[in-house]
Amino acid sequence: MPAWQEARARQIIDRHRTVEGPALVILQALQREFEFIPDEAVVLVADALNLTRAEVHGIVTFYHDFRREPAGRHVLKLCRAEACQARGGEHLAAHGQSRLGVSWGGTTADGGVTLEPVFCLGLCASGPAAMLDGRPVARLDEARLDRLLDEVSS
Amino acid sequence: MSARVYLPRDVGALAVGADEVAQALTTAAQRRGVSLEIIRTGSRGLFWLEPMLEVATSEGRVAYGPAEASDADALLDAILAGGGPHKLRLGPTEAIPFLKRQTRLTFARCGIIDPLSLADYRAAGGYRGLERALSMGPAAIVEAVVQSGLRGRGGAGFPTGIKWRTTREAVGQPKYIVCNADEGDSGTYADRMIMEGDPFCLIEGMTIAAIAVGAAKGFIYIRSEYPHAIATMEAAIATARADGCLGANVAGSGHAFDIEIRVGAGAYVCGEETALLDSLEGKRGMVRAKPPLPAHRGLFGRPTVVNNVISLASVPTILSEGADYYRDFGMGRSRGTMPIQLAGNVRYGGLFETAFGVTLGDLVDDIGGGTASGRPVRAVQVGGPLGAYFPRALFDTPFDYEAFTARDGLIGHGGVVVFDDTVDMAHQARFAMEFCAIESCGKCTPCRIGSTRGVEVIDRIVRGERSEANLALLEDLCSTLKFGSLCALGGFTPYPVMSAVRHFPEDFGARVGAVSA
Repeated sequence: MPAWQEARARQIIDRHRTVEGPALVILQALQREFEFIPDEAVVLVADALNLTRAEVHGIVTFYHDFRREPAGRHVLKLCRAEACQARGGEHLAAHGQSRLGVSWGGTTADGGVTLEPVFCLGLCASGPAAMLDGRPVARLDEARLDRLLDEVSS
Repeated sequence: MSARVYLPRDVGALAVGADEVAQALTTAAQRRGVSLEIIRTGSRGLFWLEPMLEVATSEGRVAYGPAEASDADALLDAILAGGGPHKLRLGPTEAIPFLKRQTRLTFARCGIIDPLSLADYRAAGGYRGLERALSMGPAAIVEAVVQSGLRGRGGAGFPTGIKWRTTREAVGQPKYIVCNADEGDSGTYADRMIMEGDPFCLIEGMTIAAIAVGAAKGFIYIRSEYPHAIATMEAAIATARADGCLGANVAGSGHAFDIEIRVGAGAYVCGEETALLDSLEGKRGMVRAKPPLPAHRGLFGRPTVVNNVISLASVPTILSEGADYYRDFGMGRSRGTMPIQLAGNVRYGGLFETAFGVTLGDLVDDIGGGTASGRPVRAVQVGGPLGAYFPRALFDTPFDYEAFTARDGLIGHGGVVVFDDTVDMAHQARFAMEFCAIESCGKCTPCRIGSTRGVEVIDRIVRGERSEANLALLEDLCSTLKFGSLCALGGFTPYPVMSAVRHFPEDFGARVGAVSA
């Protein structure tokens, strides 16, 4: 992950500022680059778009995707929605939480894995489902989840 | 020797190892020195059989599934034998009962063609709708869509043609076509499948909408949870542009139209059309009061058509085959076909496109084959997290907008989530309130605060604290949410909650009694 660089952030803002309704697009681009939205970014975006910091803060905190601090090296998104619940999603989530020693939104002590809830990945006929670093996985059970977590913790 | 096989690249197949199967087959073929062409398609929507491999034979495609990488060598034998025997052989794909019983209009090509081949799309009937539309002119296009009876497939069920007519007649330029691809309802994946499996169909539908209302710019707002759909749509738009199907002179017609993709940021409420518009404008996704209608003042205050993916993807068929052809499917005021999505604890989970009118019981017990766990079906949630829970006693309800409304439910975007008898309905009611609290945009007090109070009240009921008084309070709270919220998030959360209370009272107040009895 590249460390925060104001000059780089300004480049990103400039590249997207002319799209229609640019704030969300810019914030998403900044998070892609820096993996979270630091306070400095909020100030820069506010200045560039002639918004108040409060308005930009409001956008960042409204959307679940934005992070205010870096995530772990891997991100596991486990589906919490009804179709996965119907196939044991909640037991699987409890297993994942206890194995990682974190609750929703938490990162393991070694900074290895961040566990996040997701409400539906569109894999509702093959639940429980998850996304590990952007890779979709379905028909999960405790053993398969353990294997996935072994992969990323080795 | 050479052979051609088809294997989905749909996330529903990737998530259960389709890429590993493709790799193993390629390796096995190389080892034997045979030429194997693997065409990656969308999914046919038979998810319990994914990854489902299809072999091209002289008698059509023959299916095998669910395939695993370790099956590759034996599968290759079957492939080279021209669809020969194998323990996973399912027979001719089209003869699989789950597929054979469907009426695929919108999903006619999905799972069959290479989604990013414009030539395949055209060869399978693509762009005939646009061609027809261009010959008719804008006013006649709108009337055809009105006549087809197509209603919004996102959930609200508003007549699509009326939206178009209102936008067409609205004064002001520019006008916009906005495609709502923020498919957040649990139990639904039809939008995702069409975007991954037949993206040009959506592009064609949007193009027809644009010509009908006089718009030159379209946006597709896709949720960030769908990275594969985003990538496929981006690639398809680039191809359509390069081919002249999008751009300054669409298909040589003189009409200008182009599409831009915008990605959501994990807010369920942005699936509501006005919250989606605010989000597209780069703001918090706050729900707007209506009027003004988006058709009059929508994106950036301009006349805007906001349609769901499936509504737009149904349009090419309506134009190419005619409004009557489409309207003749269905029942009552629900015309045409609906891609119903069987999900959750169901044996045969997948996409089932059929004319309106099939009963819930047929869908769950017959087509879906009951639960995957083999236990009895206890409850079915229809229409996503804001849809009602139906008990077996209501399984005679036909899949129809009005019939579901009459039973205090909704068909929504067509998701059917099956639960077996281990489900705790008080827990599900609590989750509905919790979800509303997490996802509320905060504009309306009953939704913002009432959802949190709802969780607390259900907790008290479950603990047996003044159960009757708290059940009355819950009903009162739900009534406040229903009538005091601008959009469906606060307005419809009472459906799952109250249907759980009404149809499964033994999980609430009667819990203690049931245990001691």
